[in-house]
Amino acid sequence: MAGIAKRYGAVAANVEASLEVGRGEIHAICGENGAGKSTLMKILSGGARPDAGTVVVNGRDVTGWGTAEAIAAGVGMVHQHFQLVPTLTVAENLVLGREPTARGRLVLAPALAEIAALCERTGLVIDPVRRVGDLTVGEAQRVEILKALFRGARTLILDEPTAVLSPPEVTDLWRVLRRLRDDGGTIVLITHKLDEVLAAASRVTVMRAGRTVGRLATAGATPADIARAMVGRDVALAARDAGADALATAPPRLVVRDLAVADAAGRRVVDGVSLTVRPGEIVGIAGVEGNGQTELVEAIAGLARVRGGQVTFDGADVTAWPVARRTAAGLAHIPEDRHARGLVLDWSVADNLVLGQQHRFTRAGRLDVRGIAAHAAAQVAAFDIRPGDTSLPARALSGGNQQKVVVARELGGGRDVRVLLAAQPTRGVDVGAIEAIHARLRAARDAGAAVLLVSADLGELLALSTRVLVMYAGRLVHEVEGRVATPEGLGPHMTGAAA
Amino acid sequence: MSRPPGPRWAEALLPPLVALAIALVVGDLLILTFGQSPRIVWGVLLEGTWGNAYGMGQVLYKATTLTCTGLAVAVALRAGLFNIAAESQLAAGGFGAAMAGLALPAGAPAILAVPFCLGAAMTAGAIVGAVPGGLKAKAGANEVIVTICLNFLVLALLNWAVAEHLHVPDSLHTATIRAGGLPRLADVHAAFRGSAANATVLVAVAAIVATWWGLFRTPGGYALRAVGLSPAAAEYGGVSLGRTWFRALVWSGALAGLGGVNYVLGYKRYYEEGFGFGAGFLGIAVALVGRNHPVGVGIAALLFATLSQGGLAVNALVPKQMMDVLQAVVILAVVASVPEVRRLVAQAVPRRP
Amino acid sequence: MSDLLFQWLRIAAPYLCAAAGGVLSERAGIIALTLEGYLLAGAFGAALGALATDGPWLGVAAGIGAATAVAALHAAATLRFRADQVVTGVALNLLVDGATTFVLRRVYDSSANSPRVEGFGSGGDLGSPVGWLALLALPALWWLLARTRFGLRVRAVGEAPEAATTAGISVARVRWLAVLGSGALAGLGGAFLALDQHKFSTGMTAGRGFIALAAVIFGRWDPLRTAGACLLFAAAETLQIRLQGTAAIPSQFTEMIPYALTIVALATLAGRAAAPAALGKAES
Repeated sequence: MAGIAKRYGAVAANVEASLEVGRGEIHAICGENGAGKSTLMKILSGGARPDAGTVVVNGRDVTGWGTAEAIAAGVGMVHQHFQLVPTLTVAENLVLGREPTARGRLVLAPALAEIAALCERTGLVIDPVRRVGDLTVGEAQRVEILKALFRGARTLILDEPTAVLSPPEVTDLWRVLRRLRDDGGTIVLITHKLDEVLAAASRVTVMRAGRTVGRLATAGATPADIARAMVGRDVALAARDAGADALATAPPRLVVRDLAVADAAGRRVVDGVSLTVRPGEIVGIAGVEGNGQTELVEAIAGLARVRGGQVTFDGADVTAWPVARRTAAGLAHIPEDRHARGLVLDWSVADNLVLGQQHRFTRAGRLDVRGIAAHAAAQVAAFDIRPGDTSLPARALSGGNQQKVVVARELGGGRDVRVLLAAQPTRGVDVGAIEAIHARLRAARDAGAAVLLVSADLGELLALSTRVLVMYAGRLVHEVEGRVATPEGLGPHMTGAAA
Repeated sequence: MSRPPGPRWAEALLPPLVALAIALVVGDLLILTFGQSPRIVWGVLLEGTWGNAYGMGQVLYKATTLTCTGLAVAVALRAGLFNIAAESQLAAGGFGAAMAGLALPAGAPAILAVPFCLGAAMTAGAIVGAVPGGLKAKAGANEVIVTICLNFLVLALLNWAVAEHLHVPDSLHTATIRAGGLPRLADVHAAFRGSAANATVLVAVAAIVATWWGLFRTPGGYALRAVGLSPAAAEYGGVSLGRTWFRALVWSGALAGLGGVNYVLGYKRYYEEGFGFGAGFLGIAVALVGRNHPVGVGIAALLFATLSQGGLAVNALVPKQMMDVLQAVVILAVVASVPEVRRLVAQAVPRRP
Repeated sequence: MSDLLFQWLRIAAPYLCAAAGGVLSERAGIIALTLEGYLLAGAFGAALGALATDGPWLGVAAGIGAATAVAALHAAATLRFRADQVVTGVALNLLVDGATTFVLRRVYDSSANSPRVEGFGSGGDLGSPVGWLALLALPALWWLLARTRFGLRVRAVGEAPEAATTAGISVARVRWLAVLGSGALAGLGGAFLALDQHKFSTGMTAGRGFIALAAVIFGRWDPLRTAGACLLFAAAETLQIRLQGTAAIPSQFTEMIPYALTIVALATLAGRAAAPAALGKAES
């Protein structure tokens, strides 16, 4: 693949991206979230068409092909979100789309034999008559891999395959992948975990901001080499400002004790997390995404059901409080997903600027429309939200300005913010807005708020945090003073390599 | 991906206008199958509805009920819920009003009796609305199926109560209420003689204003609309989804119940089995064409009432069921064109920087 | 005794056909609110077809054709134009109700009844051979869903349309076929009704489509359980007819049974968990 470009609306997912993978190789593609890894693989597997560039597979120009052609050519994708039908059996899932039939009637017997042979050959053992919905996540992933192989895939693309696996399952997966490689298969592995790159791949392609920025052999490379290529942001590190520690002796404002949160499947995604944040302090949480950060923030905000443990604000146990009561007690929350959580996209900027605070803008049981309009005008000016028309739907704004609306609502308008949860506050936001948002976070800190910052951007974390905690597999595994933290030092903890 | 904003009036008004144009064409074709001239039939329709006081009165009467059921459906839809039980809530409201009117002593002063009966109608409708609301909030039961089932349950129950206990011999209606009746338009102006229009039309106008106010000027309405557009964001904003669903369906039921007053207090002064004539189901169409806006609902109610009354006016030329067909065509055209129009408008307007 | 049995099955026949259509459509992810309209269109088509050709089987074919045409409208609106399934369903029921009466007036100048339809004559204990087909509808559908390629694809698109797409299946195509099949099955039920009653009368389905939908939900979208629910609901109706005049239970209360049971099923966890995951969701 060479010179690949792909835009989604205003977002350039790939610019001048390239990839070269040899036959019989396990090749890793590595990069931060939003670096364009998944888009590049979608193009390779026929799920998307590139705007520019060429794709060549086995010497044939296949630029712009579709899923069916990719499957026919032996390129199979193992999706991060399993593309399986939970109510069907393993065998039914495998044959779906190319069912063996006799006059329209399903004939599964030969397929079952074929599946058994495939399981045998690859070491992916699974009972083909079990319902997929009853399988564990690890087993479901085996089915997902088997599905691609059953369709004759010789080149297998795996998108973040370990995100959902336990350590023994990961070891198992590497074993299977090596076996496939030894059989002459080609594996492309998308990941942002450095230890995996070193454990599984022979070569690695590093991507950043949609571009391919490096290609190196793993033999002889250290995690630090790859991390440097991945992050490559010296600018942010220079702006480091851990803030005054005048308040370091104040009693903690936000205390989380032994917090446990379970997901829908009952797995503990937050497992015994304890932390404290003092007024005037920014505590950063580093970690590879999907290690429980989202659920931790949602639990503190009152949006996720807590399995165990306690959350207190200024000594008051808020664990059972509804969201509105926490907001009234001084909680501000910049949510990770501004489209789903942070904004009602079809609403005007003005209406969005009071979401969660509608009761503050209620006079004698009615909404204070003028107050809302005046508030909106003031916030738009104070936070430089553009365009400045507060009657526009939030949908019409750019990502950066949408995020400014969220930040303005949570931090502006003279609110007494005591606890601030900021999750990925600058994701998908342009550089100018990043500066402004960082300034606001610092201002909230200086005004005495206890700030918990979760970010996949290490540069941002290191620039802002008084202390940095590392979260891995639902637990806090490392703590370090912000002023002495480095990406190289955090990397092994983030990837579980130091555990 | 984010959708660029179109001119909002275009997105709101194009689907109903397109639908009306399609309905006119389909209507022309139907008229032609009966060998009639579309121009003459449409002329008769207009003459029989807006051309004289009686016709106008009938349109107003029908629009009154449709406004209430349309508002009921619209309020639920604003919260992201389908209320298909407006039909039975309408009946329950009428029943409640009749029971209240029968319970009062003859000659009770209107200033007390009328609010009492209105309150009874709204309460009865609200109770029917509380069932799907409660089941949705507590058990996550799909409100579409529950409200469909509820229609049959409630109507069967009311029919039983009237048939077994409350009916006047040899009829399917209750005795005439003793108090709480509302004046007919004919009492005010003789030209309306014979038409069913009555003071409930003022109640409907008040319901439009109150619903607009409630939706757009109260924190509860703000929360309700947030839940309808983005449940995750509403939850984030401290709004309880279950409680909002419950309130929305109770409010919706009360509005539909209010519609029952039109027949019971305003027109016949008794409750009669099947008086709703599908006005509850048509409320879905009214809400849809009115784009879930209270004022739009009022306009759409007048439109559908005109079609319905116009069907009677032209029945000698073409069957009045033509209007049922056209109503269905309007609904289908609106519901099918909303996503399409949204897409086209989005394409036509360049994205803002 | 066998009298009672056949009365029961004749009442059950339209439910069984319509519910088969309901299971097929909903398992593919399309809400089957239109069963009422399909039944009515089927009855109307059958009556007119049989009267026009003097052949009951051609009537049955016409009934199936009419209901399938309505289903095609449903599929076009919801699949091509991505219209809301619930609103489309309500509108189509209204459309069939109005259109059948309109055409009845055009053809027979009556707004209530068609002329007498001879149908299958005496037709045996089940009224007509169509009755036997009705009894087979749900078991056949079970076989279709469990044992054929099309059935597997229906189950896949109703449960995880994206997964089906990545497996190279055209979700829209499978749904189109399922909705058309749903119309055809329900149309067969409507044809039975018209030929059994020897006429078409306006609104003659009287909520049977909704009872069938209730049976689908009460039967947890499983063909055989749904057949059981249809037979149960039909049994309640048969008893009510038999008990008429004895005043044991007012008929209004027996009428409530299917709906009350369905609400109870929905309010308990079991009822919800069984619904096809993609039911009612617009394709993105």
